[in-house]
Amino acid sequence: MARARKRPTLAVWKFASCDGCQLTVLNLEDELLALADAVRIVHFAEATSASRKGPYDVSLVDGSITTPQDLERIREVRRLSRRLVSIGACATAGGIQALRNFRDVQGFLSSVYAKPEYIATLATSTAIADHVPVDFELRGCPINKRQLLEVLSAFLQGRRPDVPAHSVCVECKLRGNVCVMVTGTPCLGPVTHAGCGALCPTYQRGCYGCFGPMETPNTASLARAFQAAGHSEAELVRAFRNFNANAPAFREESERHDE
Amino acid sequence: MTNRTRTLQVDYLTRVEGETSLTLRLEGDKATDVRLSIFEPPRFFEALLRGRSYLEAPDITSRICGICPAAYLMSACLAVEDALGVQVDGPLRVLRRILYCGEWIESHALHVFLLHAPDFLGYPDALSMAKRHGEWVQRGLRIKKAGNTLMSILGGRSIHPINVRVGGFYRAPSRAELEAHLPELRWGRAATAEALEWMAGFPFPAFERAYEFVSLRHPSEYPLLGGRIVSSEGLDIPVHGWDAHFEETQVPYSNALHARRVGRGAYLCGPLARFNLNFDRLAPEVQEAARRAGLSVPCRNPFRALLVRLVEVLHAFTEAIQLIERYEEPAAPYVDTPARAGMGSGATEAPRGLLYHRYTLDPDGAIREARIVPPTSQNQLSIEDDLRTLAPELASRSHAEATRLAEQAIRNHDPCISCATHFLTLKVERA
Ligand code: SF4
Ligand code: SF4
Ligand code: SF4
Repeated sequence: MARARKRPTLAVWKFASCDGCQLTVLNLEDELLALADAVRIVHFAEATSASRKGPYDVSLVDGSITTPQDLERIREVRRLSRRLVSIGACATAGGIQALRNFRDVQGFLSSVYAKPEYIATLATSTAIADHVPVDFELRGCPINKRQLLEVLSAFLQGRRPDVPAHSVCVECKLRGNVCVMVTGTPCLGPVTHAGCGALCPTYQRGCYGCFGPMETPNTASLARAFQAAGHSEAELVRAFRNFNANAPAFREESERHDE
Repeated sequence: MTNRTRTLQVDYLTRVEGETSLTLRLEGDKATDVRLSIFEPPRFFEALLRGRSYLEAPDITSRICGICPAAYLMSACLAVEDALGVQVDGPLRVLRRILYCGEWIESHALHVFLLHAPDFLGYPDALSMAKRHGEWVQRGLRIKKAGNTLMSILGGRSIHPINVRVGGFYRAPSRAELEAHLPELRWGRAATAEALEWMAGFPFPAFERAYEFVSLRHPSEYPLLGGRIVSSEGLDIPVHGWDAHFEETQVPYSNALHARRVGRGAYLCGPLARFNLNFDRLAPEVQEAARRAGLSVPCRNPFRALLVRLVEVLHAFTEAIQLIERYEEPAAPYVDTPARAGMGSGATEAPRGLLYHRYTLDPDGAIREARIVPPTSQNQLSIEDDLRTLAPELASRSHAEATRLAEQAIRNHDPCISCATHFLTLKVERA
């Protein structure tokens, strides 16, 4: 009998998240069995009770760092992984839970009604790359299936993933959408990383930035356009302080409007 | 077996959504200590919602859970609309039900085929199960995909749909868009019926518990969106009565709150509760399929929840097909929802059970106070009680076998840990 070829190993890890990004792996319904053929999935707690010790060829990490224990755990995952790819807004920007980073934490605590001493948590929610070196960051809340497949096959073939860094506007134009901004609907598309195929404008809704900032976004110019359309400073803050609130470009723009 | 004391310890429960561990101490055939310790970090959604616009509640709370985002979208919309005094009816409500059917299909199929079935057949996961039962795993994936596709047609994507808003949708799908999916839904209905027959032959431990079942009940529908909250012990209250009849408490070993009936204690929500309290609302052919699979009311064996989930998938396919066949495009994709002050509550049936939201809004629509009670915090006590009742059986098995059975017993309830750890309490340690 021919010996099984040596397949690269894949591990999937979860930190503070909604599980949506790792669920994207299981939502590869048409490709899952083929994927399991191309790689050995050796750790993926949501999907399998079997787990093998590292090192791992590729690790996918979903979720942000919010506890002292997770800070330790991510270092261990990094140590055991040849390639580490962080997936989703939680892992690449701290996720929606990073809204806490903008709060007066003392005020936060005074609203506590039960027994806070039972729970240990950090004052912030931060991206994986804030703590360990990351080989690639895949954006989105959630990530896009096709982009995930591209990233996985790129790492398996030892090349850089081909994930365009342009804005949602480019995808919107490619789809032939009518721009929602012409009717005064605020849209974060001009500063948001491509990847969703301009989903929201296609459904006649403004983009709310779930793929996080594109490369070198001109957030100040977009903010001026929102102001010209009559949106208040508070609305601007909320627009940038969302699922990617702690991504530097969005954080800085939101802080500019937050007196 | 003996008077021996032993401890079953599972540090990281697998094939559930989120992070939890189990400690179970057996003395002889009694469980003296059962702790489902949810160590998933809490994410404080109720606090984060304060000061956000009422229009943002659905999108933000959907990020509590990637497996049942529609449940969050829908409960948040119903609660906010209740606060605004707005009713969403007709074709818009039909679209909401269709979206929700999609979620039941994808979430239940994920649990049944990929996470739970391997327990009954003795595999660590669906991929190893596929070596002998490849046909079924493939069908399970295709059933799941049929649900996800339904969600994508209505919501733009299946994880965190973007097309849902307070008052309805941003864009209503055309008849043609929905009809194009009918052949796949019909295939799914047939495949699910076959899967139900197959799984009815699985080895189910003989085990029953006298749960108090809690679910929504609607005058004419199997419960999805709204209705009254009823229980097998005679509770029958409007949704806004939740706070008077249920309470949440904190325990030292878990990052999730435990819910209980005021003055009564543990109860169970989810598929088993819905099935037992609403069997008469299932489509007639689905009732028939359930009977053929050996299910009848009352069903108090939590291991059989696997079959009940398939019955619900079958119902969701049947209902989605009927709703699409009768769908009339709405005149507008949403009803207007101008801001005003108010307090409102809303509940829907997430795949794992009752999901309750309550919001207090300021006159400008800013959220002053939010309360979210997900199914898993409601079911935790019952899950621990299951393990207590299972103790003699666990005591009679080898350590490895007992641990496997305990894990399976927890998976019976498809606990969703991300949902359970959304809550407010916070202790800060400076980084
Ligand atoms: S990025 Fe969004 S979808 Fe992904 S895990 Fe975080 S909250 Fe969920
Ligand atoms: S709708 Fe939004 S994404 Fe599309 S072109 Fe206009 S601004 Fe860009
Ligand atoms: S349009 Fe924007 S908010 Fe909508 S899915 Fe795409 S990136 Fe996310």
